[in-house]
Amino acid sequence: MSDEKPTPPPPSSAAPAPTRERDPIEHTAGTGGRAAATLREISTGNFGVTVLAFVLALVIGAILIIAVDDDVADAAGYIFARPSDFFGAAWSAVSDAYTALFRGAVLNYQADTFAGAIRPFTETLTVATPLIIAALGVAVGFRAGLFNIGAQGQVIMGAMIAGFVGFTWNLPVGVHLLVALLGGIIAGGLWAGIAGFLKARTGAHEVIVTIMLNYVALYLLQYALTTSVFSTGNQPKSPSVASSAQLPLILGDQFRLNAGFIVAILAAIFVWWLMTRSTIGFRFRAVGSNAHAARTAGMSVTATFVLVMVVSGALAGLAGATQLLGTEKFLTDGIAGSLGFDAITVALLGRSKPAGIFLAGILYGGLNVGGRVMEVATGTPIDIVLVIQSLVVLFIAAPPLVRAIFRLPAPTTKEVAA
Amino acid sequence: MTATEVSTAPVPGAVTTTRASLRTPIVLAVLGVVALVFFGLLGSAGSTTTFGVSAGTDFVTIDPVEIPSKAGAIVLAVLALALAAWSFVMARAGRTVPVWLVAVFGVLWVLAFLTWAVADKSTSLVSLMQGSLLLAVPLAFGALGGLLNERAGVVNIAIEGQLLTGAFGAAVLASVTGNAYVGLVAAPVFALIIGSMLALFTVKYHVNQIIVGVVLNVFAVGLTSFLFSSVLKENASQLNSPPRLEVLPIPLLSQIPVIGPVLFRQTVIVYLLYIAVAVITVALFRTRWGLRVRAVGEYPQAADTVGISVERTRWSNVLLGAAVAGLGGAFFTIGSVGAFGEEMTAGKGYIALAAMILGRWSPIGALTAALLFGFADKLQQVLGVLETPIPNQFMLMLPYVVTIFAVAGLVGRVRGPAAAGEPYEKG
Repeated sequence: MSDEKPTPPPPSSAAPAPTRERDPIEHTAGTGGRAAATLREISTGNFGVTVLAFVLALVIGAILIIAVDDDVADAAGYIFARPSDFFGAAWSAVSDAYTALFRGAVLNYQADTFAGAIRPFTETLTVATPLIIAALGVAVGFRAGLFNIGAQGQVIMGAMIAGFVGFTWNLPVGVHLLVALLGGIIAGGLWAGIAGFLKARTGAHEVIVTIMLNYVALYLLQYALTTSVFSTGNQPKSPSVASSAQLPLILGDQFRLNAGFIVAILAAIFVWWLMTRSTIGFRFRAVGSNAHAARTAGMSVTATFVLVMVVSGALAGLAGATQLLGTEKFLTDGIAGSLGFDAITVALLGRSKPAGIFLAGILYGGLNVGGRVMEVATGTPIDIVLVIQSLVVLFIAAPPLVRAIFRLPAPTTKEVAA
Repeated sequence: MTATEVSTAPVPGAVTTTRASLRTPIVLAVLGVVALVFFGLLGSAGSTTTFGVSAGTDFVTIDPVEIPSKAGAIVLAVLALALAAWSFVMARAGRTVPVWLVAVFGVLWVLAFLTWAVADKSTSLVSLMQGSLLLAVPLAFGALGGLLNERAGVVNIAIEGQLLTGAFGAAVLASVTGNAYVGLVAAPVFALIIGSMLALFTVKYHVNQIIVGVVLNVFAVGLTSFLFSSVLKENASQLNSPPRLEVLPIPLLSQIPVIGPVLFRQTVIVYLLYIAVAVITVALFRTRWGLRVRAVGEYPQAADTVGISVERTRWSNVLLGAAVAGLGGAFFTIGSVGAFGEEMTAGKGYIALAAMILGRWSPIGALTAALLFGFADKLQQVLGVLETPIPNQFMLMLPYVVTIFAVAGLVGRVRGPAAAGEPYEKG
């Protein structure tokens, strides 16, 4: 975890880094002299592209905010008479929205108390917790060449079973929480395991199967909420989990931040260890970079498919469990929100590396939390956050496009289509 | 980690032909027995089921049909089992089970199910079929859009986003102009926003197609919801109260009993669907253009060698596919409820993707699968109102479960265009 930037590690660590070639978003990664490349990397390489991708996405977001702002529209009516009014209105529309976003996500400098000032950041971490864990799961799949689009369904199954353990079983303090978390892990792992098994046995494409399983899981949850086991009275809402199964708060009663965040850190370390230090992880990466070579080397590709999906789903299931046991406390059919799909974008933004995902998850959590504050403060709908998030990922995935827009030279001798 | 496991690796088409040909009869037999036992023998004796078979405005009205539930379901199930037995005989003789036999079996099975589920109540078969067709319209357009992409080698996960932007564009422009037909033109144009982004990132910049598709769906939700909340909500009367497409009965054809009102008393968007299915079928399989598209989707290197521009073919097909899917988006607004709502496509794009796969990348197959899913959806609505024994969540689950079974090869193997998902780099 020493490498804190979302840039890929040098391909000189223990394994001969086979993932580099096949990493879905790194097709233009250059190879070249380390020393000379470092400078170029900063300006035109991955880190630079990441920053520029953000700038582009924020600019497009700003254009959208200006386009729909009422004051700007009024000023645009006499733009040729007094253009300063127009640009002033445009500037204030954008800066109001983005500062509200910052205030809601990081630090509320308008608050009277210290607790009020740092509350936004603790909220960001709270929201980031399940995002990080689920994105780690998606990333394990990516590194092994599998697209787990089904994190959403696995989160739902994890939350459902963790909730079931949490509000129906009676276990001692400590044990109860562990069993509930374990229930979520197993449920998510098995759910994704279906897709892994079908891919291994019949060749069914995991993208299609996991997408379909998302909906099956959602309807299963909706059905469960109509049964007496999961539901209280007429509401499609479960009882709250017992206090012995809740993740404890770590900053006192004032903040929602809970031990789930520690679970997220542990999960990130675990995935780092799994993918770079363990034999299983080596097998995952070998299969991901070249399944034929892995098979020739004596690895069972089919068994690896199943195992990758189980690990990937187990992490997503854990994400659902922390969301339920730490933040929500009871089940509704909206328990997963858009967590599973956000996790995919977080995994891409973090370039499928644990440290990168950790930062990307906090960034996304911040955008989501800050977006709500922005919506209340300035009336800018929170949906602009989705636009910014999706554009960032698209731009990061296409470095040549970003370089073309900013007229930067290509990092290698390879000619980039302009 | 032994050498023997190498040989068990999945190879497309590795299923032996004898097992594959017996699979269909076995599935039919099992389903037939389920119908006989659950819908027939375990059904309640003494109740009757009423089916309406004509709409009120028909030229020829037919009285509703009343049948005893238990006996009716048993007769239908036995007929279905007879078909299953016949399929066994055919498979034994080495012949493949024809599609029409499976279709007739399906109709009998569903009727048996309905007879059981609607016991002591009544339902109109005409409105059931009409509703199924309507619900199938966006799925079919989406699936057609998807297959135009995939036939050229580009996986289109972004159908959902194309439907959503199409729905948005149709609602806004139909409201502004007060003309639903302007909205119908606007829908494909708006879907091209997503389509051109898909082409730009996948064809030009070789970004992984699945990633781009997933992210574009998020983008479409974000963009339309943002514009909806910031602009449409405040000015709903000018921007979000579109006129709806009116029903245009086709003279004579719409007077045919039962199928007339179902097929020919619809809006123009449904007729466009008939045309689209026919045109795309002919174009893909009977023209030089179609041959080239399929070559690009199956083996782009070979297509390139003989002088077909892979990049241009993919660009045009991605855009064309987006436009067709966008037309389906128009159904959500001007084709049905009118006003646009946030995330109103609610995952229909993913069902369209499923319909495309289940229809094996052919337009007629896609239409059939879309009708099947539309029927499941409509049935779920009808049964939800009637309070039948099946929880409607399981009916909603059906399309997805069927698709999983389909891609897993349990109801016949499906295989898409070979190069779908692979970026093509000339050189």
